[in-house]
Amino acid sequence: MSTLTTNEPQRIHPHRFIMWIAIGSIVMMFAGMTSAYIVKKNQGNWLAFELPVVFWYSTAVILASSVTIYLANLSLKSGKIALYKLLITVTAILGVVFVKMQWTGFQDLEMRGIALIGTQSNSSSSFLFIITGMHMLHVLGGVIALIVLFFRSFWIKKDQISLVPVQTVATYWHFVDILWIYLFIFFHLIA
Amino acid sequence: MSHEAVLHGDAHGHDDHGHHEHHDTFLTKYVFSQDHKMIAKQFLITGMVWAVLGGLMSVLFRLQLGYPDSTFPFLEDLLGKWAKGGRITPEAYYALVTTHGTVLVFFVLTAGLSGTFANFLIPLQIGARDMASPFMNMLSYWFFFAASIVMLSSMFVETGPFSGGWVAYPPLSALGDASPGSKTGMDLWLISMSLFVVSSLLGGLNYIATILNMRTKGMSMTRLPLTIWALFFTAVLGVLSFPVLLSGFILLIFDRNFGTSFYLSDIFVNGVGALPNEGGSAILYQHLFWFLGHPEVYIILLPALGMVSEIISINSRKPIFGYMAMVGSLFAIAILAFLVWAHHMFVTGLNPFLGSVFVLLTLLIAVPSVIKVFNWLTTLWKGNIRFTPAMLFAIGFVSLFISGGLTGIWLGNSALDIHLHDTYFVVAHFHIVMGVASMFGMYAGIYHWFPKMYGKQLNNTLGYIHFWVTIAGAYMIFWPMHYEGLAGMPRRYYDFSIWESFKQFGELNKFISLVSMIVFMVQLSFLFNFFYSIFKGRKLIDPNPWKSNTLEWTAPIHPGHGNWVGEIPEVHRWAYDYGKDGVDFIPQTTPVGADESQH
Repeated sequence: MSTLTTNEPQRIHPHRFIMWIAIGSIVMMFAGMTSAYIVKKNQGNWLAFELPVVFWYSTAVILASSVTIYLANLSLKSGKIALYKLLITVTAILGVVFVKMQWTGFQDLEMRGIALIGTQSNSSSSFLFIITGMHMLHVLGGVIALIVLFFRSFWIKKDQISLVPVQTVATYWHFVDILWIYLFIFFHLIA
Repeated sequence: MSHEAVLHGDAHGHDDHGHHEHHDTFLTKYVFSQDHKMIAKQFLITGMVWAVLGGLMSVLFRLQLGYPDSTFPFLEDLLGKWAKGGRITPEAYYALVTTHGTVLVFFVLTAGLSGTFANFLIPLQIGARDMASPFMNMLSYWFFFAASIVMLSSMFVETGPFSGGWVAYPPLSALGDASPGSKTGMDLWLISMSLFVVSSLLGGLNYIATILNMRTKGMSMTRLPLTIWALFFTAVLGVLSFPVLLSGFILLIFDRNFGTSFYLSDIFVNGVGALPNEGGSAILYQHLFWFLGHPEVYIILLPALGMVSEIISINSRKPIFGYMAMVGSLFAIAILAFLVWAHHMFVTGLNPFLGSVFVLLTLLIAVPSVIKVFNWLTTLWKGNIRFTPAMLFAIGFVSLFISGGLTGIWLGNSALDIHLHDTYFVVAHFHIVMGVASMFGMYAGIYHWFPKMYGKQLNNTLGYIHFWVTIAGAYMIFWPMHYEGLAGMPRRYYDFSIWESFKQFGELNKFISLVSMIVFMVQLSFLFNFFYSIFKGRKLIDPNPWKSNTLEWTAPIHPGHGNWVGEIPEVHRWAYDYGKDGVDFIPQTTPVGADESQH
């Protein structure tokens, strides 16, 4: 890395750095959404409702997935490639399960007669649908990245393991996890 | 990961780099290129196509404003049903105004300006082989290209392109029945703009990571040329504000297509009846839009500020006056950019106390702006000035920045703005300070860095004609609009001749329209100069034609992918040692001598 200024020999890899800035960017998107939520709520015409119970379970699932991707990183570091493959597969499956559970939560609301979209809907439930939905899309983006990692793992040679891709994805995965915790607390406190 | 071999090419040595070049096919070299210099040229030329289209649109609607009672048969040949009988229809007029605004703000002065110069200058001036992620950089261009195609196609749909103004306020943008352009045209507008946001984000992430991570040895942040500082703050603004716009667009898409009520409320539409939507707030959209919209103004302006600083210093043969103050003022402008958005919304029924806070924050922008103007003037002062076309455009920029900035102080006062809001005064203000000024920054940049881009020189005589006609024309077009605005003439109106109070401006409007046509023609001569010089221009002999200190001129005249042959040069000093100790210029790569004075 002699192209870089050499004052700090252990500089962060540019790809990981890009991920950190991207996270800043995504934070702004959700900050925009949640502040619009607060502004809209203060204007009245606001339907209050209980959040679906399944959101508690999905929170547990996404927390568990953060643990598995952390372990995946550790296993690659110690060269256990088979275990690494297993753990990223488990993380991806947990991601899909999370998305499915969120969707079940939406169906639960619809069953209780709370319209999410359409002219009968109230902004409070539409906001919940869109903000949670956007978070789900970000989780799915992470699942796609995990699938890419999985297929790339077949080309890993024992003597030249790069931790950068898995660390970059792990940073993102922990971020969407924390983002959901924030949103979950936000919906509980503000709504 | 072949690009990584190039990025960290130093460790792998020169052979790796040569190896990379040999495998370039036409497709990978000119189309799906990952070389930042080629991507910059792609941004530039796409931006130029849009500039011609956007400029032509303004000429067309100026025809209507200048000659409201005349008919022009050629318009019907050109626009068909949109100019029946040779006169632009009201629907077409609004579509032209809207598309002109969208295209110039986003496609020309955002993608065309920072897309071009951030891509071209960042790796070359900081001493990097390429961007942090060349692949993402390529994606950034192709997302922009896709956005361009979608926007272009919106002009050919049955109901026409979106026509509710570039700000796309609901309900015009949210209700398909509001106007012809609110139908398919608006859907395509939203798709195009969403693609554009993705393009900007991919680009911005890369620019920031490259500047912070990939600088060559010795290139500390305080040795960066001011262009790089400006492009850095531009990227930060884009990365933090575009996502908020995207949030606003997502809610708009749901209102349009899925019946939600974020922005829509109890509206009666003629021929349709009352809407079922309840409780929406159109003002909410304005907050989300202007939270991007105001930083967007600086996204457009900052690259020009940086390039102008660089060009003025080089062509005055003097160090830039107050380097740290220049960086500090860029930083201050970037921070304030996020805190003033509601000054676009003084007439929305904003709480007057909140309004006064926004007035104060808005007027504060004058402080860093004045610091910059002062430093440019003091850099010019007693300089050994070379009036190259680039320098003229840079000085022209300073002139426009002052004229347009002063009216900003008027408009920033809510008491005055309530009168001047949505009049031609506002049109004059933002065209001068943001539109024409940034365009001048872009021209200055093109004239200055053209030799580095293509290894050829532009024709100077055509450059001088281009400058003088454009600066005179810009003032002749926009100066009179201040008077029209003070008299209350509203913007976005189709025909002023039917009001007794605005009839007095008939001749003035004709004059403005005439000048705008002349100025447009002269821009075409620039296009000719540009494309002619790429192929037939004078070949560059000296790799450093402007006797400049920055790193890009230490690269070969036609740099390959990887920029430098062999080692990347090491930096030993800042970029502005001009006329120091009696030496005309000392490149950044020259080690500091033992008996050298401090700058």
